[in-house]
Amino acid sequence: MLRPSASFILDQRESLSSPPPNLAPPATMAPKPPIQAGSGAGYYAARAEHHAVSSHWLAQAQAAVDGGPAKPGLSESHGDRHRDRENASFSVIDEFNFWRKKPDLAEAVAAIMALAAVIRTSEATTMMELEIELKKASDTLKSWDTTSISLSAGCDLFMRHVTRTSALEYEDFDAAKARLIERGERFGEISLRARKTIAMLSQDFIFDGCTILVHGFSRVVLEVLRLAASSGKLFRVFCTEGRPDKTGLRLSTELVGLGIPVKLLIDSAVAYNIDEVDMVFVGADGVVESGGIINMMGTYQIALVAHSMNKPVYVAAESYKFARLYPLDQKDLAPALRSVDFGVPVPTAVEVETSARDYTPPQYLTLLFTDLGVLTPSVVSDELIQLYL
Amino acid sequence: MVIDPKVRQVGFVTPGASSEPMKHIIESSSMASSSSELTPSGNSLSPVMIPPPRHAIPVPVPSPLRRPSIGDNMPLGSYNPSDSLLGASPTISPSSRNDDDNPYSGIPSVDLSDEFSPRWIDRTNSGTISNTKADDFGHKLPQLASSFPFSSNLTAVSMVKMPLPRRGAGEVETNHSMSSKPLKEKTSKAERRALQEAQRAAKAASKETGGDKQAVAFGEGANPNAKQAKSAKPPPQKKDGAPGASSGATSEKKGVDRPPEKERKKDVPAPRMQFDDTQRVEKAKRRALVKPTETMNRVELFRHLPQYVHGAQLPALESKFFEVDQMHPHPAVYRVGLQYLTGDISGGNARCVAMLMAFQEAIKDYTIPLEKVLIRDLTAKINSYVSFLITCRPLSISMGNAIKFLKARIAKLSVTLSESEAKAALQSDISRFINEKIVLADKVIVRHAVTKIRDGDVLLTYGSSCVVEMILCYAHELGKQFRVVVVDSRPKLEGQALLRRLLAKGLSCTYIHINAISYIMHEVTRVFLGASSVLSNGTVYSRVGTACVAMVAHAFHVPVLICCEAYKFHERVQLDSICSNELGDPDALSKVHGRKDLNHLENWANNEKLQLLNLTYDATPSDYVSMIVTDYGMVPPTSVPVIVREYLREHLLI
Repeated sequence: MLRPSASFILDQRESLSSPPPNLAPPATMAPKPPIQAGSGAGYYAARAEHHAVSSHWLAQAQAAVDGGPAKPGLSESHGDRHRDRENASFSVIDEFNFWRKKPDLAEAVAAIMALAAVIRTSEATTMMELEIELKKASDTLKSWDTTSISLSAGCDLFMRHVTRTSALEYEDFDAAKARLIERGERFGEISLRARKTIAMLSQDFIFDGCTILVHGFSRVVLEVLRLAASSGKLFRVFCTEGRPDKTGLRLSTELVGLGIPVKLLIDSAVAYNIDEVDMVFVGADGVVESGGIINMMGTYQIALVAHSMNKPVYVAAESYKFARLYPLDQKDLAPALRSVDFGVPVPTAVEVETSARDYTPPQYLTLLFTDLGVLTPSVVSDELIQLYL
Repeated sequence: MVIDPKVRQVGFVTPGASSEPMKHIIESSSMASSSSELTPSGNSLSPVMIPPPRHAIPVPVPSPLRRPSIGDNMPLGSYNPSDSLLGASPTISPSSRNDDDNPYSGIPSVDLSDEFSPRWIDRTNSGTISNTKADDFGHKLPQLASSFPFSSNLTAVSMVKMPLPRRGAGEVETNHSMSSKPLKEKTSKAERRALQEAQRAAKAASKETGGDKQAVAFGEGANPNAKQAKSAKPPPQKKDGAPGASSGATSEKKGVDRPPEKERKKDVPAPRMQFDDTQRVEKAKRRALVKPTETMNRVELFRHLPQYVHGAQLPALESKFFEVDQMHPHPAVYRVGLQYLTGDISGGNARCVAMLMAFQEAIKDYTIPLEKVLIRDLTAKINSYVSFLITCRPLSISMGNAIKFLKARIAKLSVTLSESEAKAALQSDISRFINEKIVLADKVIVRHAVTKIRDGDVLLTYGSSCVVEMILCYAHELGKQFRVVVVDSRPKLEGQALLRRLLAKGLSCTYIHINAISYIMHEVTRVFLGASSVLSNGTVYSRVGTACVAMVAHAFHVPVLICCEAYKFHERVQLDSICSNELGDPDALSKVHGRKDLNHLENWANNEKLQLLNLTYDATPSDYVSMIVTDYGMVPPTSVPVIVREYLREHLLI
């Protein structure tokens, strides 16, 4: 249960170059009191324990953030902006859009940052008010793009993580609010950090001379490959074309820029080439409770082919993509539609499948690389249970 | 005696729900030993290590006024792990371990269980035996049996006092340091022989072992000291002791042929009772309220399970219902027991709720006896009720969890509470359990599961699960358009009742028997199943046939959703449905209702080569389960241990 965050890897690496981070653990991260089974306060003890669980990996991740290369301008610019708009009416969407403009920032992280800003600018005077305000903001964000799994999952997780602190039970409002802000910002920083952590973790799985099949354009996967290439590993990558968005073309351009040998396949050539492939690497739109993933159309197909050929399928996904969804089959999802361009006119009588993503059941996945560590699919549910219940 | 090769020690070692009685012994004995006011010698080796005054302890506690009778001395051994406790206490345990004298020592246990016990009982009952002792025993047996589950204060007190006149504390200690085995051998050889003799008579001298030694012993009757030439224990000890107590105690150790039991006990929690262990079964029989009749042709692989005897028990229990006997369980409990027996109450939730309500009633009427502590006396009472219910029908895992909860509540009662306050607290705890763990949990499950029903679905369900029924009805109320396939199977045909209720609500249904499952499965889009329990490896323990349905659904790639309240989860792990199961009435298989012409199995019981097996439960491997819908949400079967670990303990025990 108390799995240390994977970001200790970053700690190890960076502590070599940088002075040890200032790691004064806040009171919330004090060693958790042992739960006295049978005491009437068992419920709260359990809550406190879960809180401790979350803050445990958070603490480590934060340590990594503190010790790591500072994100220049991030916090300062935010502070400035915050002062600028102190008098202006605050809008979550504006805040969200501000963050979203940053090129390397995932939507969900932008949402998390925006929500953290909500707490900061809130003028609520009671905890309940603040929670309602936060809820409203998160609903607004979610409705901004209802099909995005990571967006709603990120919002939910933020709500869950930030508001679930036993400190709220006894502290006065200002202190509690400060605690919320602190937790919110920490969560945001960890989310920003997640991709690097995952890249570090997955290095052990990429060996010299291997061939990696990649489907879709995933920034996490790109980060993984970039780090592998920069650390001198020799491997080649097969990119699927990724119709209709041509995501594979985009990825292959990026990879060639990094000096990685790339071969581009049309989507239907996966099975033809699977013999040469050593592992499949995909990202994920969302990781669901069963441990399966929801990802770009074609992932399921590739996972099936890989499974039948006994090739490992690795998923790189940040933990804020863990969603409380449990699809039973492909159609058991809110569909995200996308127009498909066939290049030639299609008769109107012909029905076109426009769904943009599919669901890969957990039995076809080998491992998930997340910022919580390298997990088997079944652990996802355990993590979600601990976070949500 | 050679350990019976057929004894299968496959019981689950988790001190779980199904091993309730055994657990109680451990608990209560430790409790007793810690309470100094009951320990004469004041240390842990004290005589109170004898099954302490707990009614439900499955130790046949005879009335103190009874003379040691042959009936108490059956060589059929211990019934429960308390034997090892007894063995640790030298004040009792005078059982003989003299294998040479046992006429049955060389006989494989198959004989004992197959031929010996049933016939033996038949004969004693029919009274065809000329031997008076045997007759005597035949009469004693029901008496003893009827006195069992409520051995109440009287016997309890005698048990505690018993060792006092017999030996001092110092002797207790010294003897304790010795192995208890020699003591056992020396004390009761004669008794044992006497018993053997009685049995031999009962068996019409079919066995030729034992010889004149036994005859002599038999002549001595109940005097246990007659033949003890080698006895290290002075005869007066036997005589001085409270006769009832000593007979009860001695009978405990009869024919115990598990020397390593004491050691085993240390390492491993008590296994569940294995019903192919003849000795234990005999013990159990003696303490039963009603002497069960034996089923004739037992299936070899399932011998270790309690054999189906309900039909035979019912008349006897019914006739006793109006008897005014302080030994009886509370009338509410008695009624529920009868309802279990007749099958009027079935289904995990219904049984659990009925049991809890009966306990609530019993607690309401409960008064603390003089010089008793509520916490301990009430626990003992509950234990006795539970063991009564077990004689009616084996407990389900959910009931075990509920009992665990109730006992935890009792144990946690503050000592400062007055009697009425404590009773009120317990009653409200029970109501809360029913409300939160069953009623509300069902509502939450329904809410979750209904999100998985889409328009145009074809839902398949098997048997009759009340949660699934609620889900279907709720989805129908929401206006979802779907069709239901109700799969049913002989002999219970529970699906028909479900079908009728669903049709009354206006759902469109298809009714098939399980034989046609592979035919219908290709059009099904979801399978909803109930469960009796979900074990921590994700195995679903449910009505027999569920595994078959789940397997076919898996083969057709149809998602299987198990709907189960979290209080039914259990930390046990089970791989097959053999080692723990419940046997139903084998006659139900041979008779087809409304088909008089199908009488090919009419006298099946007379054919020794035929055994009918009517299993009640089976275990569905987690591979076939797509999702478990529980009050904590929808989880994959791999997450059951997380819920068990994180939530069940605190919710059930706090």
